[in-house]
Amino acid sequence: MADFSNYLNSNLTPGQAGAHLWVVIYILIIFAAVSLAVIAMNWLERKILAHMQVRLGPMRVGPHGLLQPIADALKLLIKEDIIPENADKLVFWMAPLVVVITAFTTYIVIPFGPTHAVTDMNIGILFMLGVASLGTLGIIMAGWASNSHYPLLGSLRSSAQMVSYEVAMGMAAVSAILMTSLRGTGVYGIGSPTADAIGTLSMIEIVRAQMNQHVWFVFKFFPLGLAAFGIFAIAMVAETNRAPFDLPEAESELTAGFHTEYSGFRWSLFFLAEYAAMIAVSSIAVTLWLGGWLRPFPHWLSGDAWDTAFSIFPAFTFFVLAGMALRTTVRMPKHPYFKIQKAGLGVFGLLLGGIGLVLLVPPVRDRVQDIYWFAIKVAAFMYLYIWYRGTFPRYRFDQLMRLGWKFMIPTGIGVLIATALVGVL
Amino acid sequence: MDPVATPYFFYGLSAVAVLSAVGVIMRRNPVHSAIALIFTLLSLAGLYLMLYAPFVAGVQIILYVGGIVVLFLFVIMLINIERMQREYQFNKQWLVGLLAAAALGALFVAVYVKGQSIFPQHAVRFPEQLNTQQVGKMLYVDYLLPFEIASLLLLVAIVGAVVMAKKRI
Repeated sequence: MADFSNYLNSNLTPGQAGAHLWVVIYILIIFAAVSLAVIAMNWLERKILAHMQVRLGPMRVGPHGLLQPIADALKLLIKEDIIPENADKLVFWMAPLVVVITAFTTYIVIPFGPTHAVTDMNIGILFMLGVASLGTLGIIMAGWASNSHYPLLGSLRSSAQMVSYEVAMGMAAVSAILMTSLRGTGVYGIGSPTADAIGTLSMIEIVRAQMNQHVWFVFKFFPLGLAAFGIFAIAMVAETNRAPFDLPEAESELTAGFHTEYSGFRWSLFFLAEYAAMIAVSSIAVTLWLGGWLRPFPHWLSGDAWDTAFSIFPAFTFFVLAGMALRTTVRMPKHPYFKIQKAGLGVFGLLLGGIGLVLLVPPVRDRVQDIYWFAIKVAAFMYLYIWYRGTFPRYRFDQLMRLGWKFMIPTGIGVLIATALVGVL
Repeated sequence: MDPVATPYFFYGLSAVAVLSAVGVIMRRNPVHSAIALIFTLLSLAGLYLMLYAPFVAGVQIILYVGGIVVLFLFVIMLINIERMQREYQFNKQWLVGLLAAAALGALFVAVYVKGQSIFPQHAVRFPEQLNTQQVGKMLYVDYLLPFEIASLLLLVAIVGAVVMAKKRI
């Protein structure tokens, strides 16, 4: 028990401190939070896409369709689970599990804050990219095991796409890792200002390197960091099979691509894994280029006053959300039909306001603000994902391959060489 | 932090590695073989971690499992599996196979018997934190020339493969 409370005073991640109970707690929290984020993303994606197309989106289940994801989840859980007659049963059964397990395993090393990660591996980024690429195996297994034409085509496309874009993704990531080895203005990474320049693959140390070099890597060696970030941002959309690179499940050509034959709960596992993987790769991008948990301008606007001002942001965000919910409550039509909805939305708004109040308490405030800045950056990427889907038409397969091999990989290699040159000079 | 329950991890990972390796050669369906191969490679990555070589473990996952097995599956899905399953799974070279197995077994026995004197009593243990950096220093400082020659060899192999596969470039 002493171990349990001692951990809170140590400045380490639970994995490093060896606090096994806290490791379990962190894993459970992350699992719950990611699942909740997926539910929220489901609702937001439908709503935002609908508003982009001048529609209303879900409006019926709950106020402004807020309960729609829950209704969907219930529907999926009680739906009949069909396994095709000639499917390869074992592989068919394994595929969704592989996809979900790999998507959630990557969260072990994501640093939500200097101590808010399950553990800090010294091969963190390598581990993340490796495990994220394992998700493809699940997609290939699903497409092959279904023993049907559309899924097989979908999974063939998926494997070709992943193999092509992983190279560009790796090149972009390496140029950011290269930047961690450069001398900063303070003690950085593993070495000291006078020691040999040593880079690092650990996710936490990558963010620390950005902190000590006083610059997010996206702005370092302008425009080299920005170019590497751009390559990664494009490759990660291809890696997660999202529009405009959603060829493996292109619904207008392949019905539903690799998961055509899946239904009910198994299908919802694919859905969960897709969104979890989107959050995971966005976290890699945030960690490598956008300063991870660092708040904006930690050096330029330093000092206690600025620290306090920035630490109020989490609570402020919740107050804005609460205000929006309460405003909608007031503006609801005065008809008995809306009575329950009105009460529900009012309680929801008050709940959000309550969370905002809790976040104002100083000890909570200090511990939560790292997570908040990380989450807000990831949320920006999530919005971009939806925006892409609403804006861009799907690539044709040859265009996809041409973009990957003839533009992204040469540019990636060029940026890598240029970064190395500028770094040495 | 000291390792926890190390022998159990070793036995577990080894058992998975051996069983799935047997699965690779015993399954009739090539896709099942490739999936069994994934488990072998992943448990090998776990064994590398136990040997304090996290970089090798990471590379094992990202290259072998994420890259090579995906390519295997890609190729297997393009071939006709019904025809594959009618072919002979084992050929009739059991005499050579037996000799090779006996030689390997003899090697294992020899290592087991003389192991104490062959290997150093205590392995040199590098600090785990700097494993990747040590590998990088070895490759790019101490053994730069052999490393570059190896990369040139691979490039030649790639170009050769393209030339062989494509008559008209």
